[in-house]
Amino acid sequence: MSPTGIAVAVLQVVLSIASAPFLVGMMRLIRARLEGRVGAPIRQPWRDLRKLFRKERMVSTNTSIVFSLAPLVLLASAALVAGIVPFLSTTSALDQVGDLFAVVYLLLLGTVFLSLAGLDAGTAFGGMGSSREMTIAAIAEPTLLVAIFALSVSTGSSNLGAIVADTLAHPSRAASPASMLAFSALAVVTIAETGRIPVDNPSTHLELTMIHEAMILEYSGPDLALVELAAHLRLVVFLGLLANLFFPWGIATTAQPLHLVAAAGAVAVKLIVLAAVIAVIEVFIAKVRLFRVPELLAASFVLAFLAVTVSFFLV
Amino acid sequence: MLKLLRKIVQTGRVTGTVPLDAGPRPSLLLNAAHPLRGSVQIRQVDAGSCNGCETEFAAAFGPVYDVERFGVRLVASPRHADALVVTGPVTRNMAVPLVKTFEATPGPKLVIALGDCARDCGVFAGGYGVAGSVADVVPVDVEIPGCPPTPDDIVASLRRVVGR
Repeated sequence: MSPTGIAVAVLQVVLSIASAPFLVGMMRLIRARLEGRVGAPIRQPWRDLRKLFRKERMVSTNTSIVFSLAPLVLLASAALVAGIVPFLSTTSALDQVGDLFAVVYLLLLGTVFLSLAGLDAGTAFGGMGSSREMTIAAIAEPTLLVAIFALSVSTGSSNLGAIVADTLAHPSRAASPASMLAFSALAVVTIAETGRIPVDNPSTHLELTMIHEAMILEYSGPDLALVELAAHLRLVVFLGLLANLFFPWGIATTAQPLHLVAAAGAVAVKLIVLAAVIAVIEVFIAKVRLFRVPELLAASFVLAFLAVTVSFFLV
Repeated sequence: MLKLLRKIVQTGRVTGTVPLDAGPRPSLLLNAAHPLRGSVQIRQVDAGSCNGCETEFAAAFGPVYDVERFGVRLVASPRHADALVVTGPVTRNMAVPLVKTFEATPGPKLVIALGDCARDCGVFAGGYGVAGSVADVVPVDVEIPGCPPTPDDIVASLRRVVGR
């Protein structure tokens, strides 16, 4: 736990939280432009969050401590993961304690708490949202784990920093069959876990089709702001994971300020490209029926499983 | 997919401009320090409307009028809302749900009465199923007249509420 390592981890958390709403705003703007609309400015999600923090906090009398705790757990777990995942440098302070298993289960912790909160108020739509979220999480989480595990096989370590550093040292591994299979599996999981089309529609107002929105229907004011911010942050974390595990170039291997600035620029470019690709794809496809989602996720699990198998035979 | 791409490129931007002074002037203009300035999330409540106002209101959120560019968004829950847009005369069956929706909305909040029926019951005034206008049930901050109001009126009024 060196002081520079801690500084890098704190910097990663601060930068991720600050940039996450802008990334979401950019995705909304791209979608609006492709739909022939003008769209809200990129800073609109930050404006919405600032307003929500200044609003009244309403809690139903039927809720328990879980309802009040969930937004904090959700944001804290996402922020911790943002500190662990090698975004800027492979020498993060939390890197020694946080390997891929810690990352996956920290993300799952947030998902579980939000689902419990959806059930807590006892509303019909909250329960439906929780049930759907759990259906998806039950198939998506193992895929996430297995896909990253495929990368750790060739590295010989489940440490995310070590995986990234190893890919940097052996660039040909980024184009190996195992890596490509794992990438496609992880891409599907990213879309499912961040609630994008075709699994969930982030801009839906139709109660019968929503998953993430259904669970947070009872939240208001600052609580809602925390949940929204955490959802934005999770998008950055998933996209950052996807970007840096498979295209690590640009990441700093030291903690020198100049290298960190360059790494921040590199990861920003990667995030913007990935987010833009997702936003463009969302315009072209429709949300699939809920009963078809497990098929999509099962296919991605097969890809992840193949990636692990292949990584043992072909290095 | 190529067909859709060609359509996107050919169509370009369809959103028109709506002048701020279009339509009727509402009584309310949020000042610069108001918490809701720049971002207003709306929950729409149909208190007994004929759906004419809903059609025009939905058009205001379509690509042509695109009120979302000013920071106005529709939400699925009164808990997420800053403003309730109420349409139609308040029928006896909807009076209690309307009050409950108003109570479930966290403050600071606004109530926008959309259309002539919401303002003074319109042609339904005195009907046996009508409990009264929106103002008789919950405090109204902004009124948008018209039967139904045009999307231009709706966008101009909402722009003044948001302050953009």
